[in-house]
Amino acid sequence: MMPDLPLWAAAIVSFLLVVAGVFALTGSLGLVRLPDFYSRIHAPTLANTLAAFCLVVSILITASFGQHRFVAHSLLVSFFLIITSPVTAMLLMRAAIKRQLRHELEAREKAPKQGETASE
Amino acid sequence: MNQILYLASAFALGCFVLGMVLAVFRLSTGPTMADRVLALDTMYINGMLILLTLGLRFNSPLYFDIALLICIFGFVGSVAMAKFLLRGEVIEP
Repeated sequence: MMPDLPLWAAAIVSFLLVVAGVFALTGSLGLVRLPDFYSRIHAPTLANTLAAFCLVVSILITASFGQHRFVAHSLLVSFFLIITSPVTAMLLMRAAIKRQLRHELEAREKAPKQGETASE
Repeated sequence: MNQILYLASAFALGCFVLGMVLAVFRLSTGPTMADRVLALDTMYINGMLILLTLGLRFNSPLYFDIALLICIFGFVGSVAMAKFLLRGEVIEP
C-alpha cells in the first residue's frame, strides 16, 4: 500500500493533508455562507487552488520517497489549476455582471415609465 | 508512523466530501445561474482532490491521470457554461 516514510516526512505530509482539507472545506463553506455572488466567487477560487497545491506537494513528497528519486509530475495539476482558475473566475464574473446589468435595464424600462409620465 | 498518514488522509477525504456536499447544496438552491456554474466548478475541483487523495492512499499512479483529465475537462466545461451565460451561445461564427 503506502510506502514507508520516515517520521519527519510523514509528519510533513499529514500536516499538508490536514491543511488541504481545511482549506477546501473553507472554500466550500464560503460558497454557502457568503451573502451575494460577487463575494461568493472569492472563496472557492482562492481556497481550492491553495488546497490543491498543498495536496500536490504532499503527493510529491510521498511519491519521491516511494520511488527513491525526485518525482515532480504531480506539480502539473497545480500548474494547470493555477492557470485555469482565474480564467474561469473572470469569465463567470463578467457573465454575472452583464446579466445583472441586463436585468436592471429591463426593470428600469418596465417600471419607471409611470415616474417619467408623472414628472412630465 | 503510517498510522498518522492514514488518519490525515481520512480527515482530508472527509473534508473534501463535506465540501462537495456544500457545493451540491449551492448547486440546487443557487439564486442566479452564475452561482450554479460556480458551484459546479467547486464540485469538480473537490472531486479531483478526492481522486488525488485516493491515489495517495492506495499508492497507485492511475488516479493521478484521472485527476488531470478531470482538471482539463472541468475547465473546458466551466468556460463553455460561462460563455453561454455571457453571450447566449458557446461557439460564435
